[in-house]
Amino acid sequence: MGILYNIFIDPFVQMGQAPDLFVQTLWEGLVGGMLYALIALGFVLIFKASGVFNFAQGIMVVFAALTLVGLHTAGVPAFLALGLTIAVMFALAWTIERVVLRPLVNQPDIILFMATFGITYFLIGFGEFVFGGDPKVMITEALYLPKGSITYKAFGGIVSLQRLDIVAVIVASIMVAVLAVFFSKTRIGRALRAVADSHSAALSVGISLEQIWVIVWFAAGLVALVTGIFWGARSDVSFALEVIALKALPVLILGGFTSIPGAIVGGLIIGIGEKLGEFYWGPLVGSGTDAWFAYVIALVFLLFRPQGLFGEKIIERV
Amino acid sequence: MKARQLFVGIACAGLVATAVFASKAEAQGIYVPLLTYRTGPYANSGIPIANGMHDYLTMLNERDGGIGGVKLNVEECETGYDTKKGVECWESLKGKNPAVVNPYSTGITLQIIPKAAVDKIPILSMAYGLSASAVGEKFPWIFNPPTTYWDGMSMIMRYIGGKEGGLDKLKGKTVGFIFLESGYGREPLPLLQQFAKDYGFTVKEYSVAGKEMQDQSAQWLAVRRDRPEWMIMWGWGAMNPTAIKRAAENGFTMDRFIGIWWSGSDDDGRGGGAAAKGYLALNINGLGSNYPAIQDIKKYVVDKGKSQVEKDKFAENFYNRGVYNSVLVAEAIRNAQKLSGKKVVVGEDVRRGLETLHITDARWKELGFPNFAAPITGVNCTDHNGHGPAYMTQWDGAKWVKVSDWIHPIKEKVRPLLQEAADEYATKTTGWPKRTEACDKAS
Repeated sequence: MGILYNIFIDPFVQMGQAPDLFVQTLWEGLVGGMLYALIALGFVLIFKASGVFNFAQGIMVVFAALTLVGLHTAGVPAFLALGLTIAVMFALAWTIERVVLRPLVNQPDIILFMATFGITYFLIGFGEFVFGGDPKVMITEALYLPKGSITYKAFGGIVSLQRLDIVAVIVASIMVAVLAVFFSKTRIGRALRAVADSHSAALSVGISLEQIWVIVWFAAGLVALVTGIFWGARSDVSFALEVIALKALPVLILGGFTSIPGAIVGGLIIGIGEKLGEFYWGPLVGSGTDAWFAYVIALVFLLFRPQGLFGEKIIERV
Repeated sequence: MKARQLFVGIACAGLVATAVFASKAEAQGIYVPLLTYRTGPYANSGIPIANGMHDYLTMLNERDGGIGGVKLNVEECETGYDTKKGVECWESLKGKNPAVVNPYSTGITLQIIPKAAVDKIPILSMAYGLSASAVGEKFPWIFNPPTTYWDGMSMIMRYIGGKEGGLDKLKGKTVGFIFLESGYGREPLPLLQQFAKDYGFTVKEYSVAGKEMQDQSAQWLAVRRDRPEWMIMWGWGAMNPTAIKRAAENGFTMDRFIGIWWSGSDDDGRGGGAAAKGYLALNINGLGSNYPAIQDIKKYVVDKGKSQVEKDKFAENFYNRGVYNSVLVAEAIRNAQKLSGKKVVVGEDVRRGLETLHITDARWKELGFPNFAAPITGVNCTDHNGHGPAYMTQWDGAKWVKVSDWIHPIKEKVRPLLQEAADEYATKTTGWPKRTEACDKAS
């Protein structure tokens, strides 16, 4: 009986007794959720364009952040370093298309998937060779990212918002919105959908597969850069950032691998859900639930919508 | 006559063969593998330690021609702090007659402990690993000087007790424990819970999974909710600077936040930013480069381009920690050479060398490390640790500063519990061998 009370009643009593902490937890979940949505979007774009889960998304986050910090440390002014990093991410996308993807057109998806493993390990080795494994500090001040927090006396206590988190949410929201519009309302977006359905059919109507792949990998690179800047500022810039991308997995399970709105809504549900889960239910199992609770949320949703929240329902006639 | 000639011939051939083998073995040197991690999510903690370990041994080769006239064959095996890779390293190096293995991961240590006695290779898990392996009767091949995690926890409790006016003053209060979800992070929990029971305080546990170590927002919100009087951290890698940042964001007072000696690198302090000022961490080694032997490392290794350390990170705290580790390896090899009479020593000899480890203040000075560390005088056949002291350091915003004298562990509380844990380990592990190794006189 006590266990049932602790699971089903006590957390809600706590929410009522300390609404400031409830709001604070929601905010932390929102911040995390927006960043998860951003990472998930990088996966979705590449999946839509090539039917491949891009295992290299995590290392792209590290590579982008290390490039930015590395250039600045070498004496390049911050915003020029930002521009150069964007150029590096474009060069990376172009190289991947030319060297890895183009020779694999029309190969089974698993071959392309394995190729992203190759890209991952190459970037790990190349990144360590160029930048070393030492952690770096994100150049937040040089990028004029704000520090400190805004504290409100509200909800019977204190709600504290980190200025950096506020900017992260705003930037991630804008980026998600721009990418969502770009890939759903423009000619390139329509071409992307055609490529997602069939490489050969898209090629036969004159869509440039190469161009689409470069664009989506570049978009994924931009997403990686923004993610790297904000996660790097929240912690440090090191190869540990790679695992952050794995947080997008339950988001993709939940939102569907092909849905841009799914990535956004899924990111928010997972971000907020895992924080609430850890904060209110974590102590019941010794805490540390946020590593797996996100998957529980995703799997519960899958019971009711196997294709994910916004995923395309696949009907195959036999 | 012919038989006599034949006998002399065989004897001569034997002598020549022995000399050839001996000189070949000497040419190959004493094999000292280092399990390191310069890559992966924990590289920020692993790199300075790897550099320190490597550079001290290299300095001995360059300055002294090795140990006892035999060069050290130092080889790194990259583990990425991954237990599976660590075990692979063990399997690949065990056939090369290693003198001793330094796993540099509690997870890896736990996996290879059962292999040590079988493969006759001693393990040196310096101030990490399984605390109970300090019990020499049960773990003849495992050594964890100068102090255990349980000692570390008892020192932190002693420090807290000093600030509170006695540990009994903690009655009714809350102490938080944030830890990396791993064998390492969970290692001191039994002792902390025992302290809580004995002194009537509550322990709140905050587990941080490896995948979450760069977030921790939910854990620190829970800290804000639970309002512990003190926070203790067993963190590693990127977990440490992130925890320091989150602690500050949630208004936790930094000088009531104490990390174990593995949560106190310069990168941890720097990564924590301005907010890290005031954060405390235990330490077992000296700070800075103002030691003759450290200067020798600079002269013979760093300045000659034989080190991977970045010049501005030379002699930082974790670099010196790595140096400390290699001093223990070198001393154990010297002891082994004396005890065995051999120049090229292998695992079985170095096990004896570790069991007779004895570094007094005078010896530290002789080695070029005056006042670098506490004397190691308690290691022997039954005690593979020595239960030495540590001191408290504080991050002043730019560097670590010593803020306490040596804090001794509460040995009378720790040792019986270690004995109990060692007995339990041996009982629960099927086929755990009884100690058959003899004790040397010096021990």
